[in-house]
Amino acid sequence: MSAPRDPTIEEFYKYCSEKKLMGVRCVRCKHIMVPPRSICNNCRSSRVEWTQLGSKGKLTTYTVVHMAPPQFKHMTPYAVGIVEMAEGVKLPSIIRVARLELLKIGMELEADFSTNPQESAWPQWPRYFFKETA
Amino acid sequence: MAAKPLASIVSVGLSKFGRREGVYARELFAEAALESFHRLEDFDPGKQIRAAFIGQMSESYERQSHTAPMAANWAGLLPVAATRVEDACASSGAALRCGIMAIKSGLYDIVLVGGMEKMTNLPTPEVTGILATASDFPFEQWNGMTFPGVFALMATSHMHEYGTTEEQMAMVAVKNHKHGALNPKAHMQKEITLDEAIKSRVVSWPLKIYDCSLITDGASVAILAKPKLAKKLSKNYVHIIGTGQAQDTFLMHERESLTTVKAAKLASQEAYKMADLRPKDVNVAEVHDCFTIAEIIAYEDLGFCRPGLGGKFIESGAPALDGSLPINTSGGLKSKGHPVGATGTAQIAELYLQLTGQADRRQVKDAEIGLAHNLGGSGATAVVHILRSG
Repeated sequence: MSAPRDPTIEEFYKYCSEKKLMGVRCVRCKHIMVPPRSICNNCRSSRVEWTQLGSKGKLTTYTVVHMAPPQFKHMTPYAVGIVEMAEGVKLPSIIRVARLELLKIGMELEADFSTNPQESAWPQWPRYFFKETA
Repeated sequence: MAAKPLASIVSVGLSKFGRREGVYARELFAEAALESFHRLEDFDPGKQIRAAFIGQMSESYERQSHTAPMAANWAGLLPVAATRVEDACASSGAALRCGIMAIKSGLYDIVLVGGMEKMTNLPTPEVTGILATASDFPFEQWNGMTFPGVFALMATSHMHEYGTTEEQMAMVAVKNHKHGALNPKAHMQKEITLDEAIKSRVVSWPLKIYDCSLITDGASVAILAKPKLAKKLSKNYVHIIGTGQAQDTFLMHERESLTTVKAAKLASQEAYKMADLRPKDVNVAEVHDCFTIAEIIAYEDLGFCRPGLGGKFIESGAPALDGSLPINTSGGLKSKGHPVGATGTAQIAELYLQLTGQADRRQVKDAEIGLAHNLGGSGATAVVHILRSG
């Protein structure tokens, strides 16, 4: 068995490159956190372990960005929002929908992954995103 | 019994806010400092001011760090002990708290607090990028979140949960521009119509251009003294009777709710308790309207109205200059402008003028209690101060 991976942001994105959406769960109080970190936000315990999240979530809020920094300009207008996973944990994400007018709080979404979309030297992370359920 | 003052403000200074071409942050700071010195008689700033706390958000605008000694140098304060304080848009609100602690501890008798930011020398997309650095990089910025974007998420939530409308948000902009038109230091001294605001270009839906504060150059300063010395230094002084600061989760998605800024609620509760006052005792307030929705949420967080009724509160006219609780008489970040690091103490400068009866056409009659509400980033930082006329 390989050594457990550290609860770091870098490892989170390594998991993304394996098409796994991961959080860390506090061993003591079961609170799940994304981004991962070594101290539980809820009970301060430092015993956390990786847990794989499902792919299903719901949109809790969103915005449609029209004016973006240079690296996102080519995507405008695009939607970003906060997705609540079936496990209860939330995470921020780009939301890809066929038509932006269809965005709705409460809509069902599913996670997907893309390879590093940027040419910058750092960071070389893949990206998770959410899209309409098929 | 009235709360004991923590420290007193004996003078303030504000540079002209706006697009200050060819002027650097240090020069803006000197402009604000000079105004604060000129308000005092028989005052030797270089000798009497022994510590300075200076708020500034980013070194990226001017490729300049280590800016506290720079600003102190240009303000003629050497060899003052000068330290930069950074809490994003709440930098100078936090600097003020450092000043209060320095006085209250007994370490210093007189200190200068202030803030500055020079922003307009870069193109807007770059400024937007620098502002976004106040939010989380690997999850928020990486996922295309912008600074207006994070507040737009709160706006969408508030609209969904309470039925707040884009029109109500636009009313905040119209009010603050009306106030700013009366402020000779404001960046945009121009009234706007509701129609203009609603039809303006979308930045990050539901927020439009007129829902956003301005990219502005400016600096602000306040001189604090031990309460015992206040009267000796100036006939125009005000007391700081409450201070509060709290933080919340750095990332938006981990907050308990996006229809409130919990840190602001906690910071205001702390400040009210210290001042032994309640929201209804406040006569005039400067709140952090970086976006119109932030002002609506501030009404609720500060207890000026019940949760969810911020939209109705602006509709009622209460926060207008002739209303029951005038808010952002300076024009706010919306019209006075938002030179990020300068904003916290610029709010204090306006309250000082109000509480000493020097606010001219913006004067709120008989104002005795003023409140300042200063947010950092998306609300991971909140700083609240309560002032009382001397």
